Amino acid sequence: MSSRDMVLGRIRRALSDVPRQEGPEDVPVARNYRAAHTAHDPGELLDLLQDHLTEYRATVHRCHRAAVPGTVAAVLARRGARTVVVPQGLPEEWLSQAVIEQLTDTPPLSPRACDAADSVVTGCALAIAETGTIVLDGGPGQGRRALSLIPDHHLCVVRAPQQVVASVPAAVARLSPNRPLTWISGPSATSDIELERVEGVHGPRILDVVLVHP
Amino acid sequence: MTGTYLGMPAFPRAAAAATQDTRLRANLTRATGTIRAKRAQAIAELDDWTQLRAAGAAIKDRTLRHLDHYLEQLEAAVTRAGGVVHWAADATEANRIVADLIKATGESEVVKVKSMATQEIGLNEALAAEGITAYETDLAELIVQLGDDLPSHILVPAIHKNRAEIRDIFSESMSQWGRPAPEPLTDDPAELAEAARLHLREKFLRAKVAVSGGNFMVAETGTVVVVESEGNGRMCLTLPQTLISVVGIEKVVPTWRDLEVFLQTLPRSSTAERMNPYTSMWSGTTEGDGPREFHLVLLDNGRTATLTDEVGRQALRCIRCSACLNVCPVYERAGGHAYGSPYPGPIGAILTPQLRGTSTELDASLPYASSLCGACYEVCPVAIDIPEVLVHLRERVAEQGGAGHRLEKAAIRAAGWVLDHPAVLAAAERTASRTRRLHPRRLPGPGSGAWSESRDLPRIPAAPFRDWWRANRTTKERP
Repeated sequence: MSSRDMVLGRIRRALSDVPRQEGPEDVPVARNYRAAHTAHDPGELLDLLQDHLTEYRATVHRCHRAAVPGTVAAVLARRGARTVVVPQGLPEEWLSQAVIEQLTDTPPLSPRACDAADSVVTGCALAIAETGTIVLDGGPGQGRRALSLIPDHHLCVVRAPQQVVASVPAAVARLSPNRPLTWISGPSATSDIELERVEGVHGPRILDVVLVHP
Repeated sequence: MTGTYLGMPAFPRAAAAATQDTRLRANLTRATGTIRAKRAQAIAELDDWTQLRAAGAAIKDRTLRHLDHYLEQLEAAVTRAGGVVHWAADATEANRIVADLIKATGESEVVKVKSMATQEIGLNEALAAEGITAYETDLAELIVQLGDDLPSHILVPAIHKNRAEIRDIFSESMSQWGRPAPEPLTDDPAELAEAARLHLREKFLRAKVAVSGGNFMVAETGTVVVVESEGNGRMCLTLPQTLISVVGIEKVVPTWRDLEVFLQTLPRSSTAERMNPYTSMWSGTTEGDGPREFHLVLLDNGRTATLTDEVGRQALRCIRCSACLNVCPVYERAGGHAYGSPYPGPIGAILTPQLRGTSTELDASLPYASSLCGACYEVCPVAIDIPEVLVHLRERVAEQGGAGHRLEKAAIRAAGWVLDHPAVLAAAERTASRTRRLHPRRLPGPGSGAWSESRDLPRIPAAPFRDWWRANRTTKERP
């Protein structure tokens, strides 16, 4: 007998108390929790997102759409970045004012090449206001997962209001499980020493978020 | 980790020793105190916590009652997405599968994401026996590995170590595993985290194979979820060419939507954050992004035995948040090592004896490692009634006998007979009253020493109540 059959057989024997006619859907799951904990006013959501990102030590920069190139250039300059990883599909104008060496991912950059880069600039799939989270799904301008992971500085551009959702349930409803997803809430951190949160371990130690409003 | 839980003494003896360790007590009190206050705050932010908790429990119950259905669904979805599913009936088989998969790649070292399942099956030791080195990359697991120690907490395995001790471990041992710690190294947590970053970076960049666990597996989509903080998880899940995830069969959830519940309850219950820094989700393999090969090892290792018990099976709802450890007065004083298992604290006290059985003295002692205060149940984000299961398991241990339990059962049987026979009871009461001056003040006999030292036996009255009643009652009836 294969281990698969053995394990499934053990499960069926263990569940002999479950009536044969009971289907999975017959076990009730009440979803009377909230779809969101905040009002859906776009301005309020953006403020909340900013507060929560900041609380987890991300640095937030708000600007109008037209000011994105200038803001991105200023942030990269302030971080002292000389090389930046550019994922495929990143809007060209975002880096149009930055005086910096751009590393594209075609052909794919090696992990060491990413490690040698100072920064990475990406867009995102969406951002969650209630938790201060940005989610990357590998779509245009986000690149494969390694690109936004290895450089020590990550600059992420979030387009409000369309990319900002209120809550975790709203985010789950919009995301596709068929794509590799990375949920990011602040720079890397650890609570492993005396259960106190310390920022900066293996992931990017600096997270800049540019919140773009129309 | 080269240590082992095998042959450890039963909980009472281990705890008696641990409670004498003042440094351990101080470290635990500090850490659990910090997190308790923060957790309460994080949960207070959600006014629908009660509903989220009930939904989490219901989703897990739905899964467990139809586990075979969901595992088959999961297997099909992972396979469709380009992954390979393996089934392991026990630890030995799981270790065998992982070792063979690593050998097939030609590699002799792997990077590891923190995982309770691989701790449980002793994967690192099994791989070492096959000439494969597993590098732990979670900061706390690294501390444990470098210190040749054992984990003592589900979330923060090195909770028993304070910053100064961690500094010493890094300074002394990092050089034996790779890049030495920077000198001089202070005990500033940020500096210690930096030392870990430098030490592990080289290993991440060259890693070809990674081993992980998984927090959730979604049956309908084949998605595996890893919740973490440091980015070591992302490194392991993204950079190597081969990824092997070992996940307990109870970690499956039916639908993608179900994640909306657990992604709210898990971070707030574990690290008291609105959201943990990083969560990775992947379904099979993705062309041009991440590992080219993905293997999912589904682990039983006692879970189906746990499932058999209608009361005890709720322990399989556990999402390993460790909130129950942080509020437990017994855990706070005894520490995690006394539980003799990777699963310490209240959840360990009900999970370990079910996964491993109660045949050893240690495992049989675990259901008693609790004052039944109920704080664990109150904080559990999937509403596991830990006290109920503890009492249930005590009954099971008592049923199976053992020296103390045989004596107790004989005494209860005798008492039952006396109470069933009023004349005998009356005679016994009178005898007790007449001989009251001869009674000891404290409970005599073996095993009662420490407990009765500070407790007096109740004094027997001069006359039994029935005699007093007969002598003093008046015949006047109520109007």
